[in-house]
Order: sequence, then structure tokens, then C-alpha cells
Amino acid sequence: MKTTYRTAVHDAIRDALRDDPRVVLMGEDVGRYGGTYAASKGLLAEFGPERVRDTPLSELGFVGIGIGAALNGLRPIVEVMTVNFSLLALDQIVNTAAALRHMSGGQFSVPIVIRMATGAGRQLAAQHSHSLEPWYAHIPGIKVVAPATVEDAYGMLAPALADPDPVVIFEHVQLYNTSTDIDALTPTDISRAAVRRNGTDVTIIAYGGCLSKALDAADELSLAGIDCEVVDLRVLRPLDNDTILESVSKTHRAVVVDEAWRSGSLAAEITARVMEGAFYDLDAPVARVCSNEVPIPYAKHLEEAALPQTVKIVAAVKGLFGDRQ
Amino acid sequence: MTDTKLAHELLSDMVRVRRMEEKCAELYSAAKIRGFLHLYVGEEAVAAGSLRALADDDAVVATYREHAHALLRGIPMASIMAEMFGKQEGCSRGRGGSMHLFDASRRFYGGNAIVAGGLPLAVGIALADARLQQKRVTACYFGDGAVAEGAFHESLNMAALWNLPVLFCCENNLYAMGTALERAQSQTDLTVKAASYRVPTLAVDGMDVEACHTAAQQGVDHVRDTGGPFFIEFRTYRFRAHSMFDPELYRDKAEVEQWRERDPIRLFSEQCRHDGTLTDADLRDIENSADAEIEAAVAFAEAGTWEAAEDLERDVLTPVDRRAAVGEATPEPAR
Repeated sequence: MKTTYRTAVHDAIRDALRDDPRVVLMGEDVGRYGGTYAASKGLLAEFGPERVRDTPLSELGFVGIGIGAALNGLRPIVEVMTVNFSLLALDQIVNTAAALRHMSGGQFSVPIVIRMATGAGRQLAAQHSHSLEPWYAHIPGIKVVAPATVEDAYGMLAPALADPDPVVIFEHVQLYNTSTDIDALTPTDISRAAVRRNGTDVTIIAYGGCLSKALDAADELSLAGIDCEVVDLRVLRPLDNDTILESVSKTHRAVVVDEAWRSGSLAAEITARVMEGAFYDLDAPVARVCSNEVPIPYAKHLEEAALPQTVKIVAAVKGLFGDRQ
Repeated sequence: MTDTKLAHELLSDMVRVRRMEEKCAELYSAAKIRGFLHLYVGEEAVAAGSLRALADDDAVVATYREHAHALLRGIPMASIMAEMFGKQEGCSRGRGGSMHLFDASRRFYGGNAIVAGGLPLAVGIALADARLQQKRVTACYFGDGAVAEGAFHESLNMAALWNLPVLFCCENNLYAMGTALERAQSQTDLTVKAASYRVPTLAVDGMDVEACHTAAQQGVDHVRDTGGPFFIEFRTYRFRAHSMFDPELYRDKAEVEQWRERDPIRLFSEQCRHDGTLTDADLRDIENSADAEIEAAVAFAEAGTWEAAEDLERDVLTPVDRRAAVGEATPEPAR
């Protein structure tokens, strides 16, 4: 049966609300409206306004309230409409949620889950399209995950809620309508990267909305005789070094794909880690495919030009093989 | 005041805070305490009067000027002092310092050094209490400076909109660091702002400990009875500098002297003497016992130990063996 990413997110939240009375969902338009991306449709009717709580447009306030509620026995899922809006709540996430356990000498854990949409591709321009995941991945004290598949869209929520520390989940806006044939959705994990395609010649490392582009590039490259391994990061903090280094040590080449801007990106961090951990296994410098360093523009052709695309990944991979072309 | 026992307790609370704070200033000069140090001298009546209105299982969220609140909620002075020394015997294991005193066992949710950062937290703690049907109050302390932050307005709105049991305690000492209230606010009556969110309010003389206690009791009763929020503006004054780095260029010495005339400890002890509830011997006992407590606390902090630097990265995330403990005491909410 075809299941969409949107349905998987919805069902994960519904099952969490069913399984644990401490779970509450809160955020802008999660209730009556059914969620900006329709991920919480029908949940208000099933669970009532105490557990599915529409908030005012007060990101700083309601994320902070979620943190307080988490400290005092609830397991809140707080939805922030987009990563751009989450900047209004960044103080509470960074200065409180991430720091509280450490600055209290280990007395207070903050079991909150914060979900938000991220990424470009819908012509929403510069205030609704950015990929700021690397900023979050910079912060000790939180975990950051990016489900790129329908399985993970469902499967990552339960372990995130079971985690005693703050978990931030990034759902790429381009993924909600994607679908897969699945019999049953089950919890996955939030600790490891996953090899989505085995290969021997080069490792393409991607996450979130770029995974499908990486897989498409791998298909195309196989026609050119280049056998790509594709690693889906899944967890952006803490990074799964072992899976990345194991793959690169095997293939001897790496291309990192990141929809965020190149400067100070996760792609930069991963490249550095490959250099530190697999330098002598490399047959070529690590390549990166990131967004151009502009605020994401509205016009379709410009937006497409700004983002990592399959064709750019193909070119970057081919660039590592020099005379084999 | 006719209740002798309560009068002695309130006075003793204020004296303990005052003497502890003066000792902290001395220890700062001696380089035993470092970082930022924000003293509560002059404002003692607010914490002393209001905290005594709370029940043991109520929660407190405080600011970076929170030594008094921590002490009067029952965190031992020794563990507060050790924290300021940076020792692992401190109430935050030396990870927090003066601005981040915590005690989970006393539901003391910290020392928050982001102005207004504690308000959403307090509303969330209250939301959980409401959902879990715990008839508890969350007292949230913040200064006049916090009123300028968006978090203040968002928090009061949601606390009122959702009828949550928060006692908002605004410690208006007239200065946000060095910026006078009238230089920062178009409306300087802060109760008007709270009232605009339909939160019931009171303004009280923050130099009068008895008035602070009565107002807080009224606020706590309201919160417990209605399950909804209440706002108290305590009009007080800080006698000392904002922090140890503050040369106080923004206010006249004469203004400080004028407020010192209304020193809450002197006012209250004079009143109690006049009422016959306090003798010179009583006062001496209170002072001596505070001094002894401080001496023991400093000795404890001095004797404390430094955490091994190898443990630097502990407590960033919850260790696997402690995970089950998170939220284990939570009562089952209604479905």
C-alpha cells in the first residue's frame, strides 16, 4: 500500500498520543487547521484541545512552554511551522533546552521533541525556504534528526519521544507528498546513519530532501560505470562517524550533498571529519554540493539554480574520476 | 505584626540573605567567587515575604539575581556557596555558578540568566501541573527589564488564555541593568501591562516585608483557587550595583541614599520592636545565627573539591543508565 510521508508523520503523532497520555502536540494551527502541512489533520477531534493545542503566533513563548512542560512530566511535541520561524524560538532552544541539563549539574533533563519543516523547492522565497539544520547541529545538548524516507518519518518520532533529551526533527517540505509501498510502519532508531545504496567507487553523503537527488544521481552514474554508495545521514547530531568513515574507507571517494549554504555547513563538518579520519584512504579530495550562497529566490528557475540538483551531484562525482571519463 | 513567630521568620530570612550577599561581595573581592555576581541587597523583603507564602511542593523559577530565592526555598547555604566557588559540592556541581542555582528536589528550576527566559518555562511547568491535575503553584520571578521582552507578553497571554497556575512576581527595582524604567517603558505602571492580558494584579511596597507576604499570600490563594495566573508588582530597589562590574554611572548617590532610608530590614525590625514582637536579644540571636550559618557555608565551600576535568563533557546529554529516571515520578494524566 502506498503511504505518503505526510501520512507517516500524522500516524506517528497519532500513535504517540494514543500510546502515552503524557504526550501533547502544540503549535500554530496544529488543531483546527489540521497542521500547515496537514500532518495533524483529525487529531484535535480524536484527542481534544488539552492534548492538541493551538497556540498563538508566539514561537519563543510556546517553545519555552513546551520546555517547561517537559521538565514537569509531559512529553510535548512542539511543531514550529518552518525553520525560518524557529529563529524566533532559538533563545529557548539553545539557552534553555540545550543548556539546562549541563548548567544544573545534571539535575534537569528536557524530554521535548521539536518538529519543523525545512528546505526549499516550493517557490516560497527567502523567509520560508532555508535549511538551517547545520546551526542546530552545532549545539551540544540537543539531538538533531532529518527523516528522509517515509519509514523514518514515522519511525523516528517514537525514539525521539522516548529520548530524555531535546530532539529536533527536520521534515523537508518537498518530502510530504512523496510515498512508498509499505506494509506496516514501525519505530526506527535515532542513532545511526543508513547506507541506502551499496556501491564501491564513491560515497555520496546526503540527508533530508537531498537523499532522493543523491539516489537519482547514483542511478545515472551507474549508467556511466560509476558504482555509488549513498549514505543517508539521518542523524545530524551527533553525527554517525563510523558509518561515514567506514563507507569512505571502502570507496576512497566522497561527495557531500547539503541543501544548506557551504560556509560553515554540515558538509563542511563532514568533510573535515573525513579528512581527520580517512585522509589516507582518499583517492581524491572530498567534493561538496551545497546551495549557492544567496537567500533563496522566488522565481522558479532561480530557485532551482540555487539548490543542489541531481545534475550537480553527477558532475561533482564525475569530477572525482578525472581520466576515467 | 502580631504573629511573633512569623515576624521572626521573615526578619531572619532577610538577615540571612543580606549577610550572605555581603559575604559574597567580600569573597568576590577576594577572588573566591568569579564571573558575574548580582546581589539582592535592598530587595530582601520581596523574596522573604513572597516565598513564605508558597507550599513545599510549589515550583520556583528565578532570575540571575536568585541567591535569596534559592536560599529561602531551602537550598542549604553551604551548597549555594560551594556553587559560587565552582566546587562540585555546589547545588549545580559547579557548572552553573551564581546565576544558575538549581535544585530538582525542591522544585527550584533555576537561576535563568536570559532576561524573561524563565517566564515561558514557568508557564510550561504550570501547564504540566494543570494537565496532570496537580494543584500546585509555579512562582516566576523576573525584573522590570523582563517586561520589555517579547517572552513576557507571550507568556502572560498564554497563561491567561489557558488559565494556568502561575504567580508572576515582578521585582521592579526601577533599573534594567543601568536603564531606568521610564527610559525604557512608555507605560511605567507594570500592572497595567499584565491587566491588559486579563491577569489580575496587585502592586505592593517591595520594601515592606509584611506587605509583600500578604500580597503573595493573596496571589497564591488566587492561583490555587482558580487555577489561573496572578501578577504582583513588587516595587523595590537595589542598593548595590547591578553586578560587580557596574560603576553605577546611571543613578545619583542621593537617590540610593533616599532608598536606603527605607531599608526593608531596618523598617521591619523597627516596626517589630515597636509592636513588641522583637527584642534586642531576638535580633542579636537572628544575626548571630546568620553569621554562624555563613561561616559554616564558607568553610564548606573552601573545603569543597574541584570536579576532574576529564568529566567535563558529562551531563550534556542524559547518560543511558539515568534515562529511565526522567519523568518517572510523573503521575498518570487523564486521557
